[in-house]
Amino acid sequence: MRSAPSRTLRALPTLLQIGVAETVAYRAEFLVWILTTTQPLIMLGLWTSVAREAPFRGYSSPRFVAYFLATLIVRQLTGNWVAWQMSEEVRSGAMAMRLLRPIHPFFAYAASHAAAIPFRSLIALPVAFVLLASSGQSALSTDPVQLVLLVPSLALAWLATFAMLFAIGALAFFLTQAMAIANLYFGLFSLFSGYLMPLDLLPGPIAVAAHWLPFRFMLSAPVELLTKSLDHERLARLLGGQLAWTATLLAIALALWRAGVRRFESVGG
Amino acid sequence: MIRAANLTKHFKVHKRPPGLAAALRSLVHRTYDVVKAVDGVSFTIARGERVGFLGPNGAGKTTTLKVLSGLLHPTSGEVAVEGHVPYRRQAGFLGKITLVMGQKSQLIWDLPPAETYAMNRAVFDVPRAQWNQTLAELTELLELGPLLDKPTRQLSLGERMKCELAAALLHRPTTLFLDEPTIGLDVAMQAAIRDFVRSYNQRHEATVLLTSHYMDDVVALCPRIIVIDQGKLIHDGDLRQLVKTKDPDKRVSFTLPKAIAPDELGKLGTLLAREGQRLTLRVPEREVPAVIGRLLGELKATDLAIEDPPLEDILREMFGKHKTDPPPEPS
Repeated sequence: MRSAPSRTLRALPTLLQIGVAETVAYRAEFLVWILTTTQPLIMLGLWTSVAREAPFRGYSSPRFVAYFLATLIVRQLTGNWVAWQMSEEVRSGAMAMRLLRPIHPFFAYAASHAAAIPFRSLIALPVAFVLLASSGQSALSTDPVQLVLLVPSLALAWLATFAMLFAIGALAFFLTQAMAIANLYFGLFSLFSGYLMPLDLLPGPIAVAAHWLPFRFMLSAPVELLTKSLDHERLARLLGGQLAWTATLLAIALALWRAGVRRFESVGG
Repeated sequence: MIRAANLTKHFKVHKRPPGLAAALRSLVHRTYDVVKAVDGVSFTIARGERVGFLGPNGAGKTTTLKVLSGLLHPTSGEVAVEGHVPYRRQAGFLGKITLVMGQKSQLIWDLPPAETYAMNRAVFDVPRAQWNQTLAELTELLELGPLLDKPTRQLSLGERMKCELAAALLHRPTTLFLDEPTIGLDVAMQAAIRDFVRSYNQRHEATVLLTSHYMDDVVALCPRIIVIDQGKLIHDGDLRQLVKTKDPDKRVSFTLPKAIAPDELGKLGTLLAREGQRLTLRVPEREVPAVIGRLLGELKATDLAIEDPPLEDILREMFGKHKTDPPPEPS
């Protein structure tokens, strides 16, 4: 039999293909999921009304529009529901069947969720067009370096988010109600990632915390690349932070998975 | 080849009495029981053998199968399957075994089985030509043709089970762990699955370890049975020999043209069942020829049948002798 990396690489195209088929098959769930990620539109309405008369702490109404539409795009492209899927599979016993396949479930789940990205682009791309048409260049970055860096930044944001939710999913091996942790995570994510408001608007200590916590690098980092003008030092810090947190979250996710599977092996499933 | 030596698997189970007070107390102080689901079981199964693995609910059958397939880490003892330590779940090991659980599905629920098959081909790295050949063979044997493109959720239980079997066998495993593969299926489908398992065993010299509550499955498929009760092995050997040892008497059923006096009947054997003029007697094996002679000659009996005692009865008696409270088996 081939080595694990070689086998995994060869299996990826088929896994992506199956992921596409699943995305298309779960039409209702997919639509509901897309609708649940439209919260930035609500925040857009709220904050533009705040800034209608005068800019709010440097944010004009068009800047809020650009910010929240960018947030919506990034969220559409980087969000996933792997924690819910893993928790359900542990609860139902389907996880046992997954463990009997000679491929690390991280890759199997990742391929399945990555396959949904093109479909979410169907939502994200028209939004991007609206963003460009409504806000114009005034509220968007035009620096070619930033726009090029947007691609790896989005990839890192996706991977960091996936690793975080994979880690929460692995908690299902230890907790019967791992989804309570997922809800707690979503609360923290909403506050510290820039999902509810730009991080610049957070009050002092919370803004400092947001600067260091991983959530910023799961959403706000690509949004900042799209909507701010950043000098090279800030760009390096932003991408470096994303890299560091993605690596850390991956390590945590895989360690929790290993510990969880060991527990599964000792207590049954 | 499968080898288990002194295999044990213990589980720590949280225990609390019913009631609100006990529930609140359990928040701060938990008590646990150790359940010996498998308790010092040893056996060896040679390549190509078909073995029935029997026991009452909670005896430790599924736990043993999960240990053998690598899903559970044994508490102690040694296990080897096809030369591998199962719980390491190395790719080489996973490629040689399969586990079919009648109550769990590996098929992707909203997609047709063909998609699961394609996924298994990719993850098991099966060469395309071999996969095509195996799929064609399984499609023919299991009559899967019309089912391959139907979403799994729309398949009947029997259809789904056939597709599950195919998904489990597409990588041509040489060791099959089958846990209740015919559960919930009608008689015809049970027979079809049995025929298929026997045929696969013969074609590929595959080792089969089967648990089933349907004794017909075991009688039809397994020349050898291993019986466990409360985690302990209580029998390992030839099925027919077990029947002969535990209950050497035959069951003789027949229909009489007219009633017979009870004392006359008593001379033939022990009455087990009566349905109108149809009677079933328990007759010691050595007396069977004489009893048959009388039944056919003097008593003009018709529809005569001679059978071994049902395996269910023998097992019930065996389990009864070992019974205290069976330990719960994690599902």
